[in-house]
Amino acid sequence: MSGVWIMAGITLREAARRKILWTALMAGALLLAIFAVALRLQVLEFQSRAMSPFLRYQVESGMLMVGLYTCDLLAVVMTILTSIDTIAGEISSGTIHAIATKPLARWQILAGKFLGFSGMIAAYVALTFSGTVAVAYWVTGVLPEHALVGALLIIFECILALSVTFLLGTWFSTLTNGVLALALQGVAFMGGWLEQVSGFSQSVHIVSLGVASSLIMPGESLWRRAAYEMQTPLAGSLSFSPFANISIPSGAAVAYAGLYLVVALGIAIYHFHQRDL
Amino acid sequence: MQVSRGEIFGFLGPNGAGKSTSIKMLLGLVKPTGGRATVLGAPVTDVDVRRRVGFLPEDFRFYDWLTAAELLQFHGRLCGMPAARLRERVPEVLELVGLAPHRDRRLRGFSKGMLQRIGLAQALVHEPEIIFLDEPTSGLDPMGRRMVRDILRAQRDRGATVFLNSHLLGEVEITCDRVVFIKDGEVVASQDLRARSQEEVRVVVHARNVSDAALAGLGPWCTSPHFESERLLFTVRSKEVLPDVVRHLVAAGADILELTPERVPLEELFVKIMGEDRGL
Repeated sequence: MSGVWIMAGITLREAARRKILWTALMAGALLLAIFAVALRLQVLEFQSRAMSPFLRYQVESGMLMVGLYTCDLLAVVMTILTSIDTIAGEISSGTIHAIATKPLARWQILAGKFLGFSGMIAAYVALTFSGTVAVAYWVTGVLPEHALVGALLIIFECILALSVTFLLGTWFSTLTNGVLALALQGVAFMGGWLEQVSGFSQSVHIVSLGVASSLIMPGESLWRRAAYEMQTPLAGSLSFSPFANISIPSGAAVAYAGLYLVVALGIAIYHFHQRDL
Repeated sequence: MQVSRGEIFGFLGPNGAGKSTSIKMLLGLVKPTGGRATVLGAPVTDVDVRRRVGFLPEDFRFYDWLTAAELLQFHGRLCGMPAARLRERVPEVLELVGLAPHRDRRLRGFSKGMLQRIGLAQALVHEPEIIFLDEPTSGLDPMGRRMVRDILRAQRDRGATVFLNSHLLGEVEITCDRVVFIKDGEVVASQDLRARSQEEVRVVVHARNVSDAALAGLGPWCTSPHFESERLLFTVRSKEVLPDVVRHLVAAGADILELTPERVPLEELFVKIMGEDRGL
């Protein structure tokens, strides 16, 4: 197992030394600043209108969900952008040659990198998520419901995206990997919306299409489940947006995402083991 | 084909002959489609045997955000070296490849020659029993090439085997104990460079007053004696016969100003084996 930890350690060290993580953190800080200003302006506007505390709470909770959705989106994009090159790039550049000829099995290389990236992503989500919640609480006094469950589901969604870039990275070049990974995120987003729409339209075909899209890439289901866990009970019935839920992904959908992750990573390891480097 | 322990072995062939692919197969990077190969007595799929193997890839790339010392620590740890041993070994290897003053510099700022040196260092850090080097002197200046030659000889002297793949036949000729020529994935010739003193030698003689009779009388020792640009050229089976040749020419009235025995260069041998039309 020591090979796995060495590879995880070098992956974390790489993340800390390269600019992309710090850039992503700065982007997160910038969004947080914009979020704080927007919230503050909203609070001042509410005070000038003497809005009822109940309605004010609902709107501020909704704004918090917008902040958390931005945090989720940024984390998923950061996951894809930082990881698309780690397997495909090292194979095409030959960097992998000096590593894969050391006394460690290929699965250890992949598992180590996966662990390292997962740790980095978890830390990134923890920072941006807790920052968003802290800013919202400081400005409005509002806290999300079941914040820990929500944060864990967002981390889960990012690690799911990571398993996809690892899988594609063992087959395709960096660029193709990036295009396909982002396209799959698009499919996931579309699936989530179609399932939301089906909550209104009751169309069997739209439901089927939404479910099929979510089966192809279940990432968005995890966000929608996270949003469901974190939103106020009334929010779902008040709005129709990515930030609130009408169609709530079941526990089975979350379990499917877990199975998807394990299978994607398993195939990635198998193919990386089999292929020529 | 077999490589003996403790020898510097040269693996030669034209582009596309399968040199790099063969090394990759021996190191488990590429799966063989057939045949059988062992490294240090173990099958090429054996991961543990790689603890005793060093490798400098041809198109090497390393994590350029690491410093020279960090890179060696990383590769040493992957080879299972204890931290205490690495603390001693890393400065030793950096000194060996002439990079001690650059130990804390990031590889991003290294020249191609310096990267080649650090690549060699990572192949040696764990004191392997066999070292595979794919074009180790490309990108190096003459001093760097000499350094690599000295390092390879030192490795052989400590009992390690060196498996060298290089396009620079001059380097191979003065470094290797034995070479094998491959073409289209097949071994086509083998040459023991240590035994070359007993082989055919081409001789260039700067002499005056060489009569036709003297030239005709070289027959018993020399092959195809002839003049070219006022130099007498011929080939002898061995350097051992040269005193007889000199005695014959002097007795026939020739004034010998200079005599230079030239071994048939490896490059010429290479072209002869591979054919004129194949490039290196």
